[in-house]
Amino acid sequence: MILVTVGSQLPFDRMIAPVAKWARERGVRDIYFQHGGTTVDLSGFEGADFVPPDEAARLFDRADAIVAHVGMGTILGCLERGKPIVVMPRKASLGETRNEHQSASARSLEGRAGFFVAWEPEELPALLDRLGELRGGERISSDASPALLSAIRDFVWSGRAPRA
Amino acid sequence: MTRRAPRVLAISSRGGHWTQLRRLRRAFEGCDTTWASTDAGLAKEVAPDRFVFVPDASRWDRVKLVWSILCVLWLVVRIRPDAIVSTGAAPGFFALRFGRLVGARTLWLDSFANAEELSLSGRKASAFADLALTQWPHLGEALPAQHTTQQRRRVKGRAYYAGAVV
Repeated sequence: MILVTVGSQLPFDRMIAPVAKWARERGVRDIYFQHGGTTVDLSGFEGADFVPPDEAARLFDRADAIVAHVGMGTILGCLERGKPIVVMPRKASLGETRNEHQSASARSLEGRAGFFVAWEPEELPALLDRLGELRGGERISSDASPALLSAIRDFVWSGRAPRA
Repeated sequence: MTRRAPRVLAISSRGGHWTQLRRLRRAFEGCDTTWASTDAGLAKEVAPDRFVFVPDASRWDRVKLVWSILCVLWLVVRIRPDAIVSTGAAPGFFALRFGRLVGARTLWLDSFANAEELSLSGRKASAFADLALTQWPHLGEALPAQHTTQQRRRVKGRAYYAGAVV
């Protein structure tokens, strides 16, 4: 199954439309669209505006590959499960998000195993055609880096000793 | 006097902010932790720890914003945490603000997504939080090791780097 997801904030039809077009042309039926309230015609496909967290976790577990905006929740969900992800960054210049952080994130994560970037919608079909061969990276642990955990632990326990 | 476990409030919006916050849970081992986020469905992910729902804030909707701020204020006053940790966005920002009022230590961890500059909330939070961390080494000075933090006061308004959630 292919999971297409745009997160909980806003729709992202610039990505949904070419993915839906590709799925129709190739006759791909096993695909789920979490679209945030799209105006694209998704008749015949499974999907929802939003999915609650436990349902999202089930979809991630079922998915063979994920196509998404550059959302950290989605990306971490893929890395933790070792599943390949194709992302397309939202652009603030087109009103798709507040600033250009999605492009920055995509640039900094590009090259990681299992992480593929379509910078523009035109690049999606070629990447989607290869979806079957794309492989995820190693599953990452579900914890932050030991150095960060240790810094936060120190911070939380520091200061005056609270009275019992 | 025995040292009791610190009361910690870990708070963020749902989505990517939450996924990053949840990856810190091992830093709170042994603490009395309350988690708070903007989707009640997330409670399961941190059970058996306490979880509190807070309504989301959007800077575009004044009524929702005020309601969210009041709920966060009430949460902070009720829990009286020793430390507050947030990965963003708005509810966490306000929790840190109110945390100062109840004497909590406050930590802002800027999202991994902000790879080229600190978020606006992160820049604001670094001005008053006890510690602001970025997840990118080029955006912050390396955090001094624990044994030196007593002597070298951290500079407010500056972000430090101590590692990333991934």
